[in-house]
Amino acid sequence: MKTGAYYKTKNVLINAAVYIFLISVALTCIFPLFWMVTSSLKTQETIFKDMSLIPREFHFENYYLALKEGEFGRYFLNSIFYTVSVVVGIVIVSSLAAYAFSRFEFPGRNFIFYVFMAAMMIPIPGSFVALYVLLNKLHLRNTAIGYILCMINVGLSTSIFLLKTFFDKMPKELEDAARIDGCSKLGIWRHVALPLAKPVLAVVVVFNALNVWNEFILALIIFDSRHLMPLQVALQQNFQGEFITRYPLLMAGLTITAVPIIIVYLLMQKYIVKGVTQGAIVG
Amino acid sequence: MKIKSTLENYLFVLPAVTIFTIFYIIPFVWVFQLGLTDWDGILPTKHFVGITNFQEIFFQDPIWWQSMLNAGYITLIALTFQNALAFLLAWACDREIRMKNWFKVIFFIPPVLSEVVVGLVWQWILNGNYGLLNYWLVRLGFPNLVHNWLSDPNTALTTVAIIHSWKGFGWGFLIFLAGLQTIPRELYEAAHVDGANAWHSFRKITMPLMVPVIVLVAILTVLGTMQAFVLIIAMTGGGPAYHTQVPVLRILASMRGSSRFGYACAQGITFGVVLIIISFIQYRFSKRAKA
Repeated sequence: MKTGAYYKTKNVLINAAVYIFLISVALTCIFPLFWMVTSSLKTQETIFKDMSLIPREFHFENYYLALKEGEFGRYFLNSIFYTVSVVVGIVIVSSLAAYAFSRFEFPGRNFIFYVFMAAMMIPIPGSFVALYVLLNKLHLRNTAIGYILCMINVGLSTSIFLLKTFFDKMPKELEDAARIDGCSKLGIWRHVALPLAKPVLAVVVVFNALNVWNEFILALIIFDSRHLMPLQVALQQNFQGEFITRYPLLMAGLTITAVPIIIVYLLMQKYIVKGVTQGAIVG
Repeated sequence: MKIKSTLENYLFVLPAVTIFTIFYIIPFVWVFQLGLTDWDGILPTKHFVGITNFQEIFFQDPIWWQSMLNAGYITLIALTFQNALAFLLAWACDREIRMKNWFKVIFFIPPVLSEVVVGLVWQWILNGNYGLLNYWLVRLGFPNLVHNWLSDPNTALTTVAIIHSWKGFGWGFLIFLAGLQTIPRELYEAAHVDGANAWHSFRKITMPLMVPVIVLVAILTVLGTMQAFVLIIAMTGGGPAYHTQVPVLRILASMRGSSRFGYACAQGITFGVVLIIISFIQYRFSKRAKA
């Protein structure tokens, strides 16, 4: 006969094992970032020898050097500029389209919508080759606008899908009232539909912002000029080239790249969880 | 009036359709056209060479198939190790525990980081001479385990696969957890009253109800992992020799390295077809699992 004490001990042990498991995995998630920041505060001399977790002296000048000498200030502004432009573009273009797909009748509506959706399913791994050719022909390669348009396109299908699903479930009464008051279609989209869609717009904004900030391959093939590059490409190119052994600068550059995304993530964490689970359930 | 209204409706979708046509549909068609040529990407002339590119891929490009195998190997590790880890963590979190939200936040940090950041940070930790991992292995008394993790052909691919799993398990974790939370608690309570232990409940309640979610995560894992390559650029660049090459890296090498745009497109098509076949098989499999 097993006693209550037996079950109690067993439960405590199981709980302890669960916590140890969760905490150790959580530590492996955070530790590399911690080590990145630590390494960014060491010097060229100490970084290869000093394996202490907290450096003896904090060399913040690495950040100054990365921003100035490594031109990470410029790359950082480039990344901000691309991210903001693309996200604004996606929000406007995809919400206009999603609203029309949800509310209006016009010939070919379903066909066009399904073409957008098919693009989410069909992988074309070599598309960047053709995209490179296309941008060359349009004289948009090595330009900011070329990259921005490409990235708007990347986020379009998913954003349209999320927004249309939301509009489909949204009650029409408010829009009807606005129409009776003489509001135009564009006015209703702008003043009624968009404000009501804020929760799903937050998901669209966060996911596309993460995606653009972290994007690598299109930026790699589109930009030749250093001064146009975003952070991700600059990191990879600089430190495979001239900075290859300057680890403190590399780590400072990585920190500069990672910190904004972590802050945005922590602030908008709710929407990310929502987006992942929603996207998964519909996907 | 009717016509004007319809035109107005089209104006709403016009920006999206224009961008999509120029930057998705046209490149999509071009990939197929260019795949049948020997174009080098520079000269204005290109010759139609039929299926020559595909013949070369199939019969004269062992590195391509090696890279396909490598991607398959990484995918296998992601499917087993990464997803098992994600499932176990989700299962551990699907109960009354303290700090649950903290774990949820932390486990999704690697997925929000870029592959370049993750690759370069881990490359530094795994560095053969100055890396922290080897330093600790020596300190903890395992000097025989010290490796040049990323430049030793025996360990490079597995190391890359494990870092890929580290970066990706958070996705599976969140989806599994959402799935687990839809299972009604009453089922477990009823089973408990009937004398089922935790293992029985897991086998008879959790697993059957989670099959669709598991299949979904598996499909997402395969499609995502087969096409992963930025992490590899940041960690090994495809080396040592060709030990961590993957298909998308080969496409990039054909395009930028050897300036064979036609061949790169043919490789892209081949790989795209392989991916579609794999997802179709998985889809059929999931239908059977549901039935």
